[in-house]
Amino acid sequence: MELYQMTIHELHEKLVAKEISAKEITESVFSRIDKVEDKVKAYLLITRDTAFEQAKDIDEKIAAGEKISPLAGIPAAIKDVMCTRGVRTTCGSKILENYVPVYTSTAVENLLREGIVMTGKTNMDEFAMGSSNENSRFFPTHNPWDLERVPGGSSGGSAAAVAADEAIFSLGSDTGGSIRQPAALCGVVGMKPTYGLVSRYGLIAFASSLDQIGPFTKDVTDCAIVLNYLIGHDPMDSTSVKIDKPDYTKALVGDLKGIRIGVPKELMAEGIDSQVKSVVENAIRILAENGALVAETSLPNLAYALSAYYIIAPAEASSNLARFDGVRYGYRVPDAEDLMDMYMRTRAEGFGDEVKRRIMLGTYALSAGYYEAYYGRAQKVRTLIINDFNRAFDEFDVLVSPTSPTTAFKIGERIADPLQMYLSDICTIPVNLAGIPGISVPCGMVDGLPVGLQIIGKSLGEEMVLRVAYNFEQLFGWKEKPNL
Amino acid sequence: MEFESIIGLEIHVELATKSKMFCACSTRFGEEPNTQTCPVCLGLPGSLPVANEKAIEYVIKSGLAVGCDISLYSVFHRKNYFYPDMPKNYQISQYDLPLCVNGHIDLDMEGYETRIGITRIHLEEDTGKLIHVGGAGRIAGAEYSLVDFNRAGVPLMEIVSEPDIRTPEEAKAYAQKLRSILLALGVSDVSMEKGSMRVDANVSIRPKGSTEFGVKTELKNLNSFRSLQRALAYEIERQKKAIEAGEVIVQETRHWDENKGVTSTLRTKEYAHDYRYFPDPDLVPMEFKSDWIEKLRAELPELPDERKQRFMKDYGLPAHDARLLTEDKPMGDFFEETIALYKGDPKFVSNWLLGDISYYLNTENLEIDETAITPRHLADLLRLIDQGVISGKIAKEIFPEIFETGKLPQVIVEEKGMTQISDESEISSIVDLVLQENPGAVKEYREGKERALGFLVGQVMRLTKGRANPQLVNRLLREKL
Ligand SMILES: [Zn+2]
Repeated sequence: MELYQMTIHELHEKLVAKEISAKEITESVFSRIDKVEDKVKAYLLITRDTAFEQAKDIDEKIAAGEKISPLAGIPAAIKDVMCTRGVRTTCGSKILENYVPVYTSTAVENLLREGIVMTGKTNMDEFAMGSSNENSRFFPTHNPWDLERVPGGSSGGSAAAVAADEAIFSLGSDTGGSIRQPAALCGVVGMKPTYGLVSRYGLIAFASSLDQIGPFTKDVTDCAIVLNYLIGHDPMDSTSVKIDKPDYTKALVGDLKGIRIGVPKELMAEGIDSQVKSVVENAIRILAENGALVAETSLPNLAYALSAYYIIAPAEASSNLARFDGVRYGYRVPDAEDLMDMYMRTRAEGFGDEVKRRIMLGTYALSAGYYEAYYGRAQKVRTLIINDFNRAFDEFDVLVSPTSPTTAFKIGERIADPLQMYLSDICTIPVNLAGIPGISVPCGMVDGLPVGLQIIGKSLGEEMVLRVAYNFEQLFGWKEKPNL
Repeated sequence: MEFESIIGLEIHVELATKSKMFCACSTRFGEEPNTQTCPVCLGLPGSLPVANEKAIEYVIKSGLAVGCDISLYSVFHRKNYFYPDMPKNYQISQYDLPLCVNGHIDLDMEGYETRIGITRIHLEEDTGKLIHVGGAGRIAGAEYSLVDFNRAGVPLMEIVSEPDIRTPEEAKAYAQKLRSILLALGVSDVSMEKGSMRVDANVSIRPKGSTEFGVKTELKNLNSFRSLQRALAYEIERQKKAIEAGEVIVQETRHWDENKGVTSTLRTKEYAHDYRYFPDPDLVPMEFKSDWIEKLRAELPELPDERKQRFMKDYGLPAHDARLLTEDKPMGDFFEETIALYKGDPKFVSNWLLGDISYYLNTENLEIDETAITPRHLADLLRLIDQGVISGKIAKEIFPEIFETGKLPQVIVEEKGMTQISDESEISSIVDLVLQENPGAVKEYREGKERALGFLVGQVMRLTKGRANPQLVNRLLREKL
């Protein structure tokens, strides 16, 4: 087994035992990048030189007999939506194609402090708007399981990097499913924590009330390890929650007895591919056969989640993206006639079609005379959805569903049909609206393409979500790997 | 037709917090451009705002001081519009849930009293400053423009009045009273000159007795209380003439030109923005406990109205004096400290402060705490007059020197040999001389023309360079005539 194929916890053991060095791990991962990156195109920027410097630091620490963090010396890829000081951060957009931040996002800083080796910045749909990575202004990323297909999105680069062993783990951001959906399509573990658990400081905002950073990992144990260091109160983020930091690895108890699992019928209804549905049903059966108490339930207001989301997220985005105007940083048309001309052409050329579509949707939804009918109503729906989840969690410890209604689709297949594309996130969006945690774990295959099981927990219920995910992973014993 | 004017004021006040509204940058004035900035106040991608609690406290205190209801639940909204001095192209402000509502300020207009309602007080962030290079210094025609973000994100409090103001004089009095209250609270330096207090006025007119509102115009560039009053007076006259000439008043923003003394169209309503207000998702709603609000209420210092009443009661000052002395906190403090040292007639102190000292401050454009004079100087000076060491006239003469050098009055008087001549025999011989040289005036006086005495006193003062004790001169002249 090559080092690049291993998990965080396997590599950490070997590092501590001095069987291997951080340099060797880094070399192994970069050799893999050199071999497959041309096909996968997961990265927008590869930071090889700094990666080897970071690895060297860790090796020196180990040589000096210092205790190292479980993340020390572990190569990780960062979605290009998180600011990294001195390292170009594009958000997948032409408008930021040469933008180099002066500060590092809190989430990335938290991991750098633990000694991760940053391999580079990963590809994404422009400003995290998309479900296929086809909205990247640079190039699409390919699904490692089938290079003709999309890896999902918007964190498609981060998901593909882990699936293709081009990083041991990666960070993504999830506004409506942007971690869980690509995790499902690429056959890796991806988690969106509770809103506010991970600082958003330095995460380039798409929809501020929905955005959340989370990890892509090869297994649930790694997910718990990364989460341990990712979370924490940040005084720079007013929406960051104050809690005592748990050790999530302690939640990974091999026992499902008496755990109440609800299956919302709205998330198993029409629109879910029948083969995907039967794979997910099989996964639910495994849970039930091993002590979990499974029952169907109903969250009727989920029917309105997609509509509410496509008001709230674009509304916030229309305001968040106003700062990209060519005045202070990023792309500016070279030959503007006056201020208005500079604004309009900079944004017309700098933003891609999907971003423009959402800015227009959001601007319209917030306009005088329409606010109550759109934004006001969408917020009310959001409250109803939160209430539905709260009621469900009175009865159940977790809820489960398919992560994505289909497996990975072909590149170009849905690009002309935005509504069809928006449906990719039908199972994940309600979780963002409610601000609660959700994880996607691989639960089988359809025609050689992975399927993800979504496990949803109550607010700050990460431990229960991880526990169920861990048990499923152990019981299911999935070991498939893409052939690259 | 007789018209009445309807005026409402929107006043922006920069709060005197150490750091900006949503980041830790300093609010210091006059630093090198863009040196007081960080990712947050530059609106860099990924940065997030964190509200300054002191600024929230200052606004609530201001609200309490003008009798507002304080909202226990208040929200920051985003006001969306594009302008290069706005780093995020939206301003974090407040919309339908401001911190304070329903306040008022009572005005003593010396002759009548009136109450001006305050609709709301809210908190927002200031913008940066544009410097247009080339052209006429305005954005149109400029070669290029530079942006200084040092002011971007400085906390701004906006105080919106009800349209209860009826005259330019009331508008001025309202703005001055508000300033005096904010000075007493210490929440801002409230300087129109430095731009830490900015006044925009909405004005319309209507036939007297009518209850409908006319079309209003908004006046900008009002850089002093005087220009506020002048601009309103001009605009009211302009609207009257226009209506009488059968013209229609257009809803627009008008620019006050201080030099020409006229207002002119800046922009009309067709450029009105749709600000697309919505709650800022980066900031959590503010929730306050009423105990905390009551604690802030208990911490309020003595406010100008209370102080005015106390000055009238404790010092026997007329309302006019008490009002002027308490409008400005340093002035009121100066008065009280002088009284404590001087222990003489408070009215005498007030006359000096509101007379010569205010005149000097106005001419030099200084605040009392910006000069070398202290209560000790004034107390000593008044005591020298009381003791007959110097005359009031000499006191006035040495005044500018006190301001400039900070020397004590007795030192200046001695250095210049300006002590008053109170020696009866010395004055007597000068009086004799004057009577000898002015037989005409002597004759007139004896014929009953009291006016002639004044002339003769003046002659004695001339010969003594004003140093003769005036009471003594008067007495001796009358005796000898
Ligand atoms: Zn700042």
